[in-house]
Amino acid sequence: MAETPSAELKTTPLSGRHQTLGGRIVPFAGYGLPVQYPSGIMAEHNWTRQHAGLFDVSHMGPCFLQINQKSGDVEADHKAIAALVEPLICGDITNLKPGQIRYTLLLNETGGALDDLMIARPAAPEQAGSLYIVVNAGTKDADFSRIAAAAQGRATLNRADNGALLALQGPDAVQIMGTIVPAATDLGFMNYGSFAWNGTTLTIARSGYTGEDGFEILVAAEFAEAFWDKLLSDERVKPIGLGARDSLRLEAGLPLYGHDLDETVSPTEAGMGFAVSKRRREAGDFPGANRISKEHGGDLSRIRIGLFVEGAPAREGADILDGEDNIVGTITSGGFSPTLGRAIALGFVPPTLATPGTILGVAVRGRTQRAEVADTPFVPHRYFRKPKP
Amino acid sequence: MTTKYTTDHEYIRIEGATGTVGITLFAQEQLGDIVFVELPGIGKVLNKGDEAAVVESVKAASEIYAPVSGTVTEINTALNSEPGLVNQDPHSAGWMFKIQLSNPSEPRRSAG
Repeated sequence: MAETPSAELKTTPLSGRHQTLGGRIVPFAGYGLPVQYPSGIMAEHNWTRQHAGLFDVSHMGPCFLQINQKSGDVEADHKAIAALVEPLICGDITNLKPGQIRYTLLLNETGGALDDLMIARPAAPEQAGSLYIVVNAGTKDADFSRIAAAAQGRATLNRADNGALLALQGPDAVQIMGTIVPAATDLGFMNYGSFAWNGTTLTIARSGYTGEDGFEILVAAEFAEAFWDKLLSDERVKPIGLGARDSLRLEAGLPLYGHDLDETVSPTEAGMGFAVSKRRREAGDFPGANRISKEHGGDLSRIRIGLFVEGAPAREGADILDGEDNIVGTITSGGFSPTLGRAIALGFVPPTLATPGTILGVAVRGRTQRAEVADTPFVPHRYFRKPKP
Repeated sequence: MTTKYTTDHEYIRIEGATGTVGITLFAQEQLGDIVFVELPGIGKVLNKGDEAAVVESVKAASEIYAPVSGTVTEINTALNSEPGLVNQDPHSAGWMFKIQLSNPSEPRRSAG
């Protein structure tokens, strides 16, 4: 039933901890990672929504891109590094404020998503001319090669995926962080900074993949267990596996690369027009700009939707049907929502069928089940946004 | 009364010509939290090895196969509203369906 982990799977600095905690290790993107701990996916999911969950996401791809020749002018150095990555993506990096993180997409020449990623501008002036980038696990080698090639001779990419990347997520996350790295609680959603802790420097972002308030923390490998243990010593924190990570992000309506996003899906189709900078769209200066501009103008054949599914969960690959049982789309992620107690899904349909409330069907094991187009997120986000100064 | 186990971790508890089918404690642990159970229709004729039911965990769907050939006579409708019974009490309250054996000697040979 469960896949047998192979000896060739990569480990993270916390693999020993997962074993001790009774994590059920499964292969994921070449790593052996816990899909759940003994309490199970449902309990882990609910704990994260009610208290705080701790996730080991060290399989992901953090890196730092550093310009080779700094001018010493903070704004000029930021503009120079932004100009190196912008040709690969649809987001505005040039106008990031110090400390700000941008969610964006790495695109191919036809505007399809090669990955979705975070790109951040450091807050500290002495770090100007660098970017903190986090990409997905399954795509990280290709992404890093692509970014390094685009920056060749002008900037250097330093991988940071030999460390540990942790996520602390949930309504209690901020209070818990307040007892360990108090200064980090001053970050607003989608901001990050560097913070000293016990003789090391942590890179802490106010971000996550659950829809909850929380933090994602990059920590050097040799400090990873100590920091993990420190977080878990708070009784409000429990370790959470990949299973609940998936159900949490699905409730939050967040796409998973390789499922809801792939090389054929444009940001517009993915319902992520917000990730296409207006300045960039008007300039048309990114891969696939023609297609995305047309789609923005209304020439769109499919768009990502959320669905409430009646009865059994409709899983990835299930057909979406219209009232006459014609196939009109496909489910790209589907499962059970522990918070709502019902099946939910993400999928793609023509825009004419994408209005919330539209009644569709999904084919599950040869039968049609009723499904209703729903607004996403299915469960409201609870991010901590600071009022604009 | 005798209980047989399949290699897929279903059990069948046989009393006379009727068997009660469910999944083992080990199987429910492996599947994790069960959120939906799809049961066969009453009267459905199953051959040994046919897909008889489906259990859905948060993450995935898993098929339950008929451990013997026969006709479904009863289903555990309590699982419609409380699929978690399969986790809590798989051998008793979490049973799935009852089957009238078409060949009562079949399970004696092997149930899987």
